[in-house]
This record gives sequence, C-alpha cells and structure tokens, in this order.
Amino acid sequence: MYAINWDVWLPLCILASSLLPGLLIFFLPEERVVMRTLLNLGGASLKLVLVGILIWGVFNGHHYEFRFSLLPGLDLVLRADALSLLFVALSAVLWLITTVYAIGYLEGSPHRSRFFGFFSLCVTATVGVALAGNLMTFLLFFEMLTLVTYPLIVHRGTQEARRAGRIYLAYTVAGGTSLLVGTVWLYGLAGSLEFTSQGFVADLVTGHRVELVIIFVLLIAGVGVKAALLPLHGWLPQAMVAAAPVSALLHAVAVVKAGAFGIVRVVYDVYGIDFAVSLGVALPLAILAAVTILYGSVRALFQDDLKRRLAFSTVSQVSYIVLGTAIVGPVAAVGGLVHLVHQGVMKITLFFCAGNLAETLGVHKISEMDGVGRRMPWTMAAFTIGAFGMIGAPPMAGFISKWYLGLGALEAGQGWVVPVLVGSSLLNAAYFLPVLYRAWFKVPAASWPAERSFGRVETSLALLLPPLITAFLSLLLGLLASAPFSPLQWVRFIITLEYVP
Amino acid sequence: MLAQSFSWQVTVIILPLVAALLCFMLPKWGRWLGLVMAFAITGSVIVLAYQVMNQGALRYAVGGWGAPLGIDLYVDGLSLLMLMVVALVGLVVSVYSMAYFKAGKAVHFWPLWMLLWTAMNALFLSADIFNLYVTLELLGLAAVALVALAGGVDALGAAMRYLLVSLLGSLCYLLGVALLYHSFGTVDIALLAERVESTPAVWAAMALMTVGLLFKTALFPLHFWLPPAHASAPAPVSALLSALVVKASFYILLRLWLEVFSQDSTAAAQLLGVLGAAAVLWGGVQALRQTRLKMLIAYSTVSQIGYLFLVFPLASLMAWQAGLYLLLSHALAKAAMFLAAGNILCFGGHDRIADLDRVAQRLPLSLTAFALAGVSSMGLPFSGGFIGKWMLLDAALQSGQWWWVAVIIVGGLLAAAYIFNVIGHSFTRAEISHEAKPVPAIMEWSALVLALAAVLMGLFASWPLAVMDIGAPFGGGGS
Amino acid sequence: MSSDLFYALTGASLFTLGLYALIKHAHILRKILAINVMGSGVFLLLVALAAGGQQAFDPVPHAMVITGIVVAISATALALALMLRLREASGLAVLPDTSPEELSEQLPEAPSDVASKNNGKNA
Repeated sequence: MYAINWDVWLPLCILASSLLPGLLIFFLPEERVVMRTLLNLGGASLKLVLVGILIWGVFNGHHYEFRFSLLPGLDLVLRADALSLLFVALSAVLWLITTVYAIGYLEGSPHRSRFFGFFSLCVTATVGVALAGNLMTFLLFFEMLTLVTYPLIVHRGTQEARRAGRIYLAYTVAGGTSLLVGTVWLYGLAGSLEFTSQGFVADLVTGHRVELVIIFVLLIAGVGVKAALLPLHGWLPQAMVAAAPVSALLHAVAVVKAGAFGIVRVVYDVYGIDFAVSLGVALPLAILAAVTILYGSVRALFQDDLKRRLAFSTVSQVSYIVLGTAIVGPVAAVGGLVHLVHQGVMKITLFFCAGNLAETLGVHKISEMDGVGRRMPWTMAAFTIGAFGMIGAPPMAGFISKWYLGLGALEAGQGWVVPVLVGSSLLNAAYFLPVLYRAWFKVPAASWPAERSFGRVETSLALLLPPLITAFLSLLLGLLASAPFSPLQWVRFIITLEYVP
Repeated sequence: MLAQSFSWQVTVIILPLVAALLCFMLPKWGRWLGLVMAFAITGSVIVLAYQVMNQGALRYAVGGWGAPLGIDLYVDGLSLLMLMVVALVGLVVSVYSMAYFKAGKAVHFWPLWMLLWTAMNALFLSADIFNLYVTLELLGLAAVALVALAGGVDALGAAMRYLLVSLLGSLCYLLGVALLYHSFGTVDIALLAERVESTPAVWAAMALMTVGLLFKTALFPLHFWLPPAHASAPAPVSALLSALVVKASFYILLRLWLEVFSQDSTAAAQLLGVLGAAAVLWGGVQALRQTRLKMLIAYSTVSQIGYLFLVFPLASLMAWQAGLYLLLSHALAKAAMFLAAGNILCFGGHDRIADLDRVAQRLPLSLTAFALAGVSSMGLPFSGGFIGKWMLLDAALQSGQWWWVAVIIVGGLLAAAYIFNVIGHSFTRAEISHEAKPVPAIMEWSALVLALAAVLMGLFASWPLAVMDIGAPFGGGGS
Repeated sequence: MSSDLFYALTGASLFTLGLYALIKHAHILRKILAINVMGSGVFLLLVALAAGGQQAFDPVPHAMVITGIVVAISATALALALMLRLREASGLAVLPDTSPEELSEQLPEAPSDVASKNNGKNA
C-alpha cells in the first residue's frame, strides 16, 4: 500500500482544516448552533495542531511542499518556509481566539451559517497566502481573500455596510488587478515565479531595469492596497462598520496582514533586498511607509469613533512592517517582521475590547467612554495593555519592534527614521492616553447607551476571555522576547536567511 | 470496414436528431425522452472523446465518398472541446428544463432543443465550409424558434429580428463560400488550406464570411439583436443561446482564420481586435446601466464575446488557447448565470436588480451560482475565466501589444462592477416576501453545478489544454 | 461579356438590391422577400461561377444550390409564421423599433410560464 507522504499533504490539510468546515457550515440550518460551533472550533483547533506539527516538522528537517500543475510551467505551490511559518502560526492562533469571540459576539443574530462559512473561507485564503510558494499561488489566494471578505463586511446588510463593502471592493479589486498585471509581466520576463530567499529576479532577468521598476510599483501597489499604504488606505477606516470579529479579522489576522506579508514577500523573495536597493526602489518605499506611519497617527488623533481611531492606528502600525522591510539592514528587518506578529496580537486585543464595549454597553464613541473602566475593569485592563503595547512602552511587545526598528535604522545609516519613530510613538500616546484617562479616571455617566446585563461577570465569557488571552500574549511576547521559539528569535532566523550573502 | 460503417461522430449527430423526431411525434413523452436522450448524447460524446484522446484527430467520410464529393466529419481537439462543453451545458440545461417547462411549452421546447443540439454537434464536426453553412442555418432556425417560445410581443419581435439578422449573416457567408469554391474548386477546409492563395476573390470571400459570422456572433457593433433576444427568451433558452449558440459561429470564424485566412490579414486581424475591445468596453458599460438582471447578463455576453476577438491580433499559440479557454469557461459561467437568473425570476416574479433584496437571500444556492459564475466572468481566481485571462494577458505582453492589456483590465473591472452591483443588492436586510414562489431544488442545483464547473476549470487547466493540442488546430494548420 | 460573367454580375446585383430592401423597408413581409431576393442572387452567382472557368460540367454547385433552396424555403416558412404570430400579438407586422434600453423597461415581468402564474398582482 502507499504510505501517505505527509511532507506533501500536510500543507493541503492545513488549508482543508478550515475550507471543509467552512463549506459544511454553509449548508447547516440556522438553528444548528451546536453543530456549527463544533465545526468551527474543531476546524480551528485542528488547524492549530496541524500547524504545530508543521513547525515541529520543519525543525526536524522536513521539507513540506505541495505542488499541483495549473498551467504548463506554472504550479500551485504550497510550501512551508521560515517566513510562511511565522504568518501561518500567527493566523492559526488568532483564528482560534477570534472564532471563540465571534461565536459569543454573534449569538442569536441572523444568517450565522453564512457568516461562519465565509469566516472559515477567509482564514483558508489567509493560510493559502501564507503558504504560497510562488507569486502565482500568492495571487490566487490573495484574490480569493478579497472575494470571501466582502460578504463579511456587508454581512449586516445596512446601507453603510454595503457602502463600506463597495469601497472595499473598489480598492481591493483594483489592487488585485495591478498585482495581476505585475505578476504576468514578471512571469513573461523571468519565466518563473518561485519565491526564493534573496529573490529570483536578479538571477533570471538581465537588463529590463525600467520594466522591473514598473513591475515593482505594480506589485507593491497591488499588495499595498490591503496593507493600507498611504494613498491606498481609504477602505480600511470605512470597513470598520463591520462587526467586531470581522474588524479583528481584517486588521489583525487576515487582510491587512496579507498585504504586509505580500510586501515582505515581494521585497525579499521576489526581488531580493539587495537588488531592490540597486533598482532604487527600497528607499522610496521606506519613505512612503514613514509618511503613512505619521499620517495614520495624525488622523487617528481626530477620530471620536473608537473603532475608527483604531482603524487609523492600524494604517499607521502596519507600515512599521513595511518600513522595517524597506530599510536595508538585518536589524531593522527583524523589527519590521516581528511587528507582523506583535501588531496582530495587540490590535486584535483592542478590537475585541471595542467590540465588548459596543456589545455590552452600546458604547461606540470615545466621548461616551467616561468611567467605563469601573463598569468593565477586565476589558479595559486588556485594552490598556494593548494600548501601551501600541505606544511602545517597555516591556510590551510593541517596544521590541520599535527598538529593533530604530536600532536597525541607525545601523543602516538611515537616521531619519528615528525621529519618525519617536514622533509616531508620541502621537500614539496622544491618541491612546486620553482614552485610557477617560475610561479609568472620569466619572461614569448616569446610564450607558444600550446596556445589557450578563449577571456577575461584566460581559459574556466568550467575549471576555479572548481579549484577556491576547492581552496576556502581548505581554508575554514582550517579556519573553529572548526566549527560544519566541517570534523574535524566529524572525532573527528568517532574516539570517534573507541577508546571508 | 467496421470503422467505416459505424462511427461515434455520426452517432453524436444522429442521436439528437432521432431524439428531436421522437419528441416531436410523442409529445406526451417529450420531457422524459429528451432527458434520457440528453444522457445518451453526453455518453456518446464521452466515448468519442475517449477515442480521440487515444487515437488523435479523426476524419470520417460519411457513406465512404471522401473529401471532394461526400461529406467529411472531422474531429480534433478544438471540435472535441466544443462538443464536450455543449454536452455538459446541454445535459444540465436539460435537467433544469425538466422542472422549468410545464406541459404546454415543453411540447415545443424539447424537439427544438434536440434539433439545436443536432445542429451544433454537426457544426463542430463538419469539415467543409458548405456543410458548415447548412448546419449554421439549421442552428439559426432552431434558435429563433426557441426564442419565440416565450411568446409575447417582445420575444416574438426579438425572434423576428434575430431571424432576419441570422439569415443575412448566412447569406453573406454563403456568398463567400461561392467565391472560395469558384477560386479553388473545393469546399473542404483542409484542401482549401493547401490551395488558398492571396487573391482579390479570397479577400472578398474573407470579408463576406467574416461579416456574416460576426452578425451571428454578435460582435460589436453588430450585437444589437442579441440583448433583446437573449433577455426575452425563457431562462434555459437564454442559457443555451448565450453559452453555446453564439460560440458556434465564433468557432467557424476561428477555424476559417486558422486554416484558410491565416495569411496576410494583419490589418483585418487588428480590426477584429479593435472591434473586440470596443465590445468589451461597450458591453461592460451597458451591462452596468441595466436595471433588469437578464438584460445585464445579456450585455455581459456582448462584453465577453469581445475578449474572444482580442486573440486575432495576437495570433500566437498561447493567444488561441487563451481564447478557447475563455470561450469554454464563459459558456459554463454564462449558462449558470442565466439559469440562476431564471430561478430568481421564477421565485420573485421579476428580475429588477434594485429589488433583488427580497429574493436573493432566500435563494442562497442560486445566488452562489450567480456569484461564482460572476467570479469567472470577472476573471478572478479560482475560475476558468482567470486562467483564460492570465494566458491572454501573457500572450498580449509577450507580443508587445500592451494596449490590449489595458482593454482586458478595464473589461475585468467593469465586469466586477456590474456583478457586484447585483450581489450587493442581495445583502440588504430581508423582509418577508409574500409573492415568493418556491423554486424546485433541481433548478437551483443545476445552476450551481455549471458554476462549479466554471470554477473547477480554474484548477484543472492542464487537461483541457492538453486536449486542445490534439490534431494541432492552432499549431500546424494554415500557413 | 461572357454569359457566365453576366449571370454572376446579375447575381451580385440581386444580392445588393435585396440588402438595400432589407434595410430600407419596415414591413416584415418586405424584409422576408428581400432576404429571398438576396438568396436568389447568391444561388445565381454560385451556378454562374461554377459554369465559368471550368471545362467540364461541375455538379457540386448545383447540389449546393438545391440544398440552399431547401434551407431558404424552411427559413421563409419560419419567418412567415413568426410574422403572423407577431402581428397577432402586436397588431403590426413591423419590428418593434425599440432601443434595447427601452426594451428592458418593457420586458414582461416574467416571460416564463412557471413564473407567470404568480404574476398577477406584482405588476
């Protein structure tokens, strides 16, 4: 008999662990809550276990690769390399937590089968993006992500939700098109699209420098839409009308991350950082990222809607990843990449908390948050940890990212980055600290806009536990950054691969 | 010789013809006869496919007369794929029609549909340009009668216009046949390909035949008859017309250009490309402006047909393959869309896009079918449309004619706009609809099966591409 | 001028004449007649071209013309039947001269017989 070769099938199983439950959930009648919950959590846990096996396998020298011929010369490749493991692990962990949260959040609301079906497909696409072994596969899953996220954004069916959905599509479909053209063009020039450490373009293409610059712009514009790079960020603050779990998914687990991850892939594994520098495209990208960081923070200052403020904060924070990638130097790269994980964990905490406030008290605006810390101390404690992380206060996770970014910039001789980081941290403080002050120290208003009672706990456990876990994680990521197997150590390992001459 | 006396090529033509006659003579049994025969025809196409894949391209002389005098049936990868897509769409539409047509119209539908199937199978197997004329006429007449089936002033008027356009197109084509026969003394495509040379008579023939076929294929600006005809026909008929019938005349055009007119026609090819580009854009913009779902889908067909003509100026192997791939996936996707639209119409009694909210949330399967088919039309993954678009983009960039890239891109964005315009309307908060009428599950699943087929074409592209190479329709022929 | 060429040119002019009439006239009967004239032109041309240029008698074009006539008769029959149905329905034997946009407003609520039953009050 044939022994199943797990080195081939494991990546596919990881995809299937959310794809199949997702498809099954679509066909579940609305009232089969237990079955649906079982499928959701079962799929999410299974995926986490499989990802664990994958990581263990990679450490033990297994080479995981699934290959399937799409077109002559072009394969669909799912491969586990160091970089993809980082993203896969992040999304697997956060997906499980978000699923728990979403189950609690959507309890009793209509069309849940549809919601959780697309929810699972969304994670499938994200994992596909993470495991993509060539640009073609990346493009396929990236576009799939666009399509399956749309129903989540418009799920509530209100006028604003549909408007947000339209705007989201307008941006992402246009971005996807740009990515498509860039990819086809690159394929025509290079004849291959396989991701390789330190890039394949330099080896396969001679000359054509102008075309390569244009292709680079097309590719970055394509993935930059999802990463909310400056002129392309417009959809993200709009999309915050979606439900809190969807925001968490958009901002922390899937969409924005896929965009940032795409930029990392394009710069490192398609062009290669050295070649990107010699083309003269790395510095403009770094400047764009810096501008986005400052712009996002400034805009966040003036938002009264809590989720909108968080959304602009995402615009700013995700660009740290881009900045770290575009600054030439291993230390800065570590800072950028590790922020992929740190930002995800911290931002998801903040969105969970914002969702809790909205669900439990009907609080949507910062001006309504006076004294909310007394009513919901646990939630606000988690929020506080997340916020301090974002500001970059030691010993939080965010501090580690910023520290490496700053150090790396100095090492690479790009001193201008440091004022950007300092300025951004000050701005972060300026838009988070007043929120915290209001929540903890102001006297609460007589009544909340729409309060629901959950007995002795401040809100339902399914809503409370996820932010507490992620807040704890973001503390842990900062405190234990130098422990083995921490994301930081893992990222260092990735960077040695990208920078070894 | 046994191979001479029995041939699956003949079978796939005879079977639907017999079915048409039987359905006509036994109207009570028409539905069941039609369904059984649909399975039988599909089965024989599968056998033929198996034969062709093992033995390569096959030529069969009916009655043993041979090329110059008798009728030859020829099947290579190109015609085989056409036969197969017709069989697949035909089978699913047959199943759908079982539930769709109640007694009265079923009596007329089944004989006409089987006749249409006969004409298409014969068309794809014909090896000479005169036989192509006969099958094209047969196809046109059956299609017109099917459109008229809906009754009502709009459908009858649309059918009448369609008939006149169709006859005009055929006559232009026949005139071209006359010129070619006069010049080279044969109507056999393979012989013509050997003998053809560049003379004024050939140019005139090319112009006449191309214009005639463009009328039937509804390439911009000769598309005016298509939207009313396709939108006012009953849903299964719309599906057949949009998915298959317009592709049949395109197939003839493709054959002629590949084999007979492949020399020095660069300017004409560019012209076809420009018209195709105009169709892509015009069809897209018009689709965006429609207030009725079926009209939107019909204009989407106008737009999608435009893509097929972009391959003429590119004229590389990759481009031809891309064109055929787009054709196949469009056939599946468009049939799925029209069937889904039929379900929506059936359910709510109307197809106004702005009022879909009450309908689409209650027909999740049909909406899914529409959305998946839409994904293929937009050219997003995973779908056959994406693979076709990828190859077309690749071919356009490799030939250095980047301006077609812009057309493909804008066309895709327009498609996304009009498809999501419909889907967006289904996500409003549903109210209870009182006039709603349940749709048989089989009709919902039929639409979904076709849409899934279009999606699967995005994953399993190698096989159709390998079939395309059988007999090298795009490679050796012609020059 | 040889007689073959004369016939061929006559055929071509019949075709053109028919095309003109097809575009010009609104009444469907005239349009159908125009199509028939065009058809006759093509058949004439086919026979004339077959006679010219070749020494021996060539039967193939004659077979084609006979086939073509059969096709033309069936097409004419269908066209006439359609015209009658259209006149029954609309009272006029002209093409409904509507642009597609206008038509989309006028489409029946539900053209299929399945849907038409519950269509009564939804107009």
